[in-house]
Amino acid sequence: MHRTKLFDHVILMMGVFFMVGPLLVALMTSSHEAADIHRNGLQILPGGHFIDTYTTVLTKQGGFTGKITGLRMMMNSLILGIGFAAGKIILSMLAAYALVYFRFRFATITFWMIFTTLLLPLEVRILPSYEVMNTLKLTNTYTGLIVPLLASATGTFYFRQFFKSIPDELLEAARIDGAGPFKFFIDVIVPLSKTMIAAIFIIMFVYGWNQYLWPTLMTTDESFFTLVRGIKQILLVWVGSNIPDYNEAFALAILAMVPPVMIVMIFQRWFIKGLTESDK
Amino acid sequence: MAAINITNVSKIYAGGVEAVKSVSIDIADGEFIVLVGPSGCGKSTLLRMVAGLEAISKGTVEIGDRVINDVEPAERDIAMVFQNYALYPHMTVYNNLAYGLKNRGTPKAEIDARVAEAARMLEIEQYLSRKPRALSGGQRQRVAMGRAIVRKPAAFLFDEPLSNLDAKLRVSMRGEIKQLQKRLGTTSLYVTHDQLEAMTLADRLVVLNGGQIEQIGKPLDVYHTPASTFVASFIGSPAMNLLRGTRDGNQLHFGSQVLDLGRAPAFPGQVTVGIRAEDLRIATPGEQALTLKVDYIEELGAQRLVHGTIDGKKLTASLSPEIEIGETMPLTIAPERLHFFDADTGKRLAQPFAVSEGKRVERLEIAGA
Repeated sequence: MHRTKLFDHVILMMGVFFMVGPLLVALMTSSHEAADIHRNGLQILPGGHFIDTYTTVLTKQGGFTGKITGLRMMMNSLILGIGFAAGKIILSMLAAYALVYFRFRFATITFWMIFTTLLLPLEVRILPSYEVMNTLKLTNTYTGLIVPLLASATGTFYFRQFFKSIPDELLEAARIDGAGPFKFFIDVIVPLSKTMIAAIFIIMFVYGWNQYLWPTLMTTDESFFTLVRGIKQILLVWVGSNIPDYNEAFALAILAMVPPVMIVMIFQRWFIKGLTESDK
Repeated sequence: MAAINITNVSKIYAGGVEAVKSVSIDIADGEFIVLVGPSGCGKSTLLRMVAGLEAISKGTVEIGDRVINDVEPAERDIAMVFQNYALYPHMTVYNNLAYGLKNRGTPKAEIDARVAEAARMLEIEQYLSRKPRALSGGQRQRVAMGRAIVRKPAAFLFDEPLSNLDAKLRVSMRGEIKQLQKRLGTTSLYVTHDQLEAMTLADRLVVLNGGQIEQIGKPLDVYHTPASTFVASFIGSPAMNLLRGTRDGNQLHFGSQVLDLGRAPAFPGQVTVGIRAEDLRIATPGEQALTLKVDYIEELGAQRLVHGTIDGKKLTASLSPEIEIGETMPLTIAPERLHFFDADTGKRLAQPFAVSEGKRVERLEIAGA
């Protein structure tokens, strides 16, 4: 075993400092008054307005129409994040299942076509996607927010590779045991993919949670705003002599971080297993 | 329980490769048949066609009286044991055993009873609630067998089930498989590349080479009367010595060395002569002998394998460890112990020294030259 030396601790402490430091500053700053922040800049010591600020952020009706609260935005973000992650997992698992286990013609070409779309970021197809959703009258709906983003080359790719690593004999044993394609998927593939699902879920949840451009395009109705948009919204009020509510922006940013952090913490054991485990 | 009839079965892969060429085997009810051959001989393909995991290109397979060419694997009333066990890793041993029965809608009470019975038979009762990963290789193999047993199928199919076990475990599992099969009386088809496994397990063994049957027969028949040089060199350890010889009247010439056969066999001049290592013995003084130039010896404990050359051709003799080994050894063999094969086709030639029925002839003394 490697014995921990002073130098190792220094490295770890630097890691902590660089990674946790900014968060701490954000947290502390959010407990000061906006004017205070405007005058004195970022704060490292707690101010006295922690509870006020967070209560305001979560419950105050704000926004242009004055109808949206932080809680509402958080809920929207959760719906987007979870719907996005769950939908992607279901869709890409089914796609990968078909690609790996059903020998249809052009399966390989189909896979590579899906795979190459990995190279294209969402932004490339954002206008056509918007056009389609607009024609279908799905702007300002959760369906419109989530569905166009569901097809996932990354997810399909990961699941395909994972399914390929499952020994063929398992399928054969299941066939002899009388399990049809659907039963095999539910009884064998899904339980075996548990760790993989957890890993993809985290990645996709965080990705969905942090979506900015697509929700901005798709939603004009403020009741569909997500947290990430909300932060931006607060800073937009800089007109005339108004001081933006820096404290609220910071508070919102902190709040926006909590759910992904929790998801990662809850799933991290599976997450690591899913990405590293090879024992099937 | 059922007979299996494999009739003119071929497997032709896309691209025209013929992995199995018109194979016919009739397996009686309750018989233990072992398919043996080197890798790539088509033995696994044949088994998988019987199992329904590969499509049958030509011919028919019947289990019982039913042609099962187009029947789903689950409907064929067979159970298969795989080389890597293929246990469901996320299920407990109990669920692994019960899964096939559940899918068939077997009542819960009967599943319980059957699993308990199989577990008792295989002595895996205490592991029923464990996951496969918490079991050793031998235990996993038992679970795989259990999964086959609970189904009470018409036939067991084994695809090299012991290859992943260590040597010692393999021997004991071999015995258990044999016992279990005798006890259950279930028709079994067993694939292996290990000739020893084939010899010890089989009621009859089927030697396959290049997708074709070389020989079907009882283990000892195959051992004592191999149908071709391929079978001769594949079955038995050490492999049968195969030497190119020339017949000249009563004499058999191996290069410069000569063996007098005592009478003239009716086959052409050039033959391949097969000699089992254990049929060779030290020639007594005055007896005609082949001179073996010794290269090295292998000690097996009970015997000693002496490797050497006769006129430049490799030969192995199995001798008692008590015999002293010199640089050259005079060896001799009874002519009726010789096997003759066609020099070109490798097919067995009729034994010219037919031994009369029921009489075990002692080694003939070969008249001195």
